[in-house]
Amino acid sequence: MLLAIDTATQAVTVAVHDGATVVAEQAHTDTRRHTELLTPTIRDVLREAGLRPRDLSAVAVGVGPGPFTGLRVGIVTARTMGLALGVPVHGVCSLDALAHATFAAGQTRRFLVATDARRKEVYWAAYDVTDEGVRRTDGPDVARPAELPGHLRGLPTAGRGTELYPEALPHALPQLDVSAGALATFVTGALRRGESLLEPQPLYLRRPDAVPQAERTPVTP
Amino acid sequence: MSDATTDEPLVLGIESSCDETGVAFVRGTTLVGDALASSVDEHARFGGVVPEVASRAHLESMIPMLERASAEAGHRLDDVDAIAVTSGPGLAGALMVGVASAKALALCLDKPLYGVNHLAAHVCADVLDHGPLPEPTVALLVSGGHTNLLVVRDIASDVEELGSTIDDAAGEAYDKVARVLGLPYPGGPHIDRAARDGDPEAIAFPRGLTSRKDMERHRFDYSFSGLKTAVVRWVEARERAGEPVPVADVAASFSHAVADVLTRKAVLACTELGISDLQIGGGVTANTQLRELAEKRCAEAGIRLRVPRIRLCTDNGAMVAALGSQMVMRGLPPSDLALPADSSLPVASVQA
Repeated sequence: MLLAIDTATQAVTVAVHDGATVVAEQAHTDTRRHTELLTPTIRDVLREAGLRPRDLSAVAVGVGPGPFTGLRVGIVTARTMGLALGVPVHGVCSLDALAHATFAAGQTRRFLVATDARRKEVYWAAYDVTDEGVRRTDGPDVARPAELPGHLRGLPTAGRGTELYPEALPHALPQLDVSAGALATFVTGALRRGESLLEPQPLYLRRPDAVPQAERTPVTP
Repeated sequence: MSDATTDEPLVLGIESSCDETGVAFVRGTTLVGDALASSVDEHARFGGVVPEVASRAHLESMIPMLERASAEAGHRLDDVDAIAVTSGPGLAGALMVGVASAKALALCLDKPLYGVNHLAAHVCADVLDHGPLPEPTVALLVSGGHTNLLVVRDIASDVEELGSTIDDAAGEAYDKVARVLGLPYPGGPHIDRAARDGDPEAIAFPRGLTSRKDMERHRFDYSFSGLKTAVVRWVEARERAGEPVPVADVAASFSHAVADVLTRKAVLACTELGISDLQIGGGVTANTQLRELAEKRCAEAGIRLRVPRIRLCTDNGAMVAALGSQMVMRGLPPSDLALPADSSLPVASVQA
């Protein structure tokens, strides 16, 4: 039983996968209340699946990139659950999770994922589509959408970037936020194939914007 | 450390409101395991706590501190009767890491969750050193982020603010004065050391909000911004005149001004409210002059003074577990699993 969570976009999304299929999934979109909502949503999803936390055998978490505060809520929750339950915690690039959902929805050619990075920027990555699934070719990175190369901006694009910057990213796909169900399906498949996943370590892609202290300037003229 | 089986609750406490990641186990009023990681060194070159740097450090330290506290206590996480966590006030992004972790523990271990107030937890820390708090007690809380004068009628449910700083926290003033004196961040310990060789009466720095008019409007409030600026101007005047700055005298006189106004108003509160107990806490409690002046003035006024050991004055998980334990022992209902992190949680909300 795998629990999957993601808080790298404005959605709080949680799902349980039993190895064959997603047995329960809930999401709250359009929110910045990740701290409040995540654990109650996990409780509700487990309840819906008829499970207790102890029934879980692994936890998977989207490690971003995404706005830092919400991202950390998901990662620290996953890590703490791993410690408390004695189960492994796997990390997945959240843009990849969105790409897998886009592929699952029938996308057949190369596309872009662009999510809100705030400060007039997007987190982005580009994907090739093969028969087996998606393969990330560029990114993840952070940029102003208008400054992305034209051949990337011209691609069909998943993620909220298209809502926020329709002029720079005109070819919107319907997938806007990460789905924990798609993330769980990807992780279940990867584990079955023996592929390695990421550590549950955040992909910040930006340094803290603090300026080291300058020389002291007198307050009296 | 390990404890015998008792009827007292075993509570896990988590603190992450500023730059310390603290996790501790408390059995009743006994500290049985205590782990602390600090990101203070990472903030030094910025001259103050950088919220994003602190939040990143909390994420990295949380699991190691849970493991270390658990090992030190000789308890599995499963053994606890409740989880307590600082839900505010503090830095929002920093608080969220602790709150999210505590909620995950409460869910996975199926234990009640108590969101506690950081300021009340500071007051409660001393039960671990000196037993149950006398109630009512006046409490003076002085740190880098807070300066509050409180009256505590019940540490788990009834804390009232008498006054607080209207500008800088006392600890912030220490950092800024240290900087102008060329001393490292954080300023408190360095100013304390420098002050030992100085004359606390050498320079008459101002005492904020102590004029007759201010004592009417801001009887139990504090202000350290004017004092800080006065020190900076005094030092710069010396520098401009090409004279050496007497660092020890400036440090001693500044510290004395802070300690004077802090203790003067705290003792006044005790006297006027007819309360004969004063509790002091927060990181600035490590300051020698503050401790000595508080002891002297309390003795003169017939007030019993309680000050915990320094380790319990600065931010830590033990104080959070201690307050959570008080709530469990009083049979208070737990917080909701939808508990938020509230960066401006008022002190009257002892439980969130």
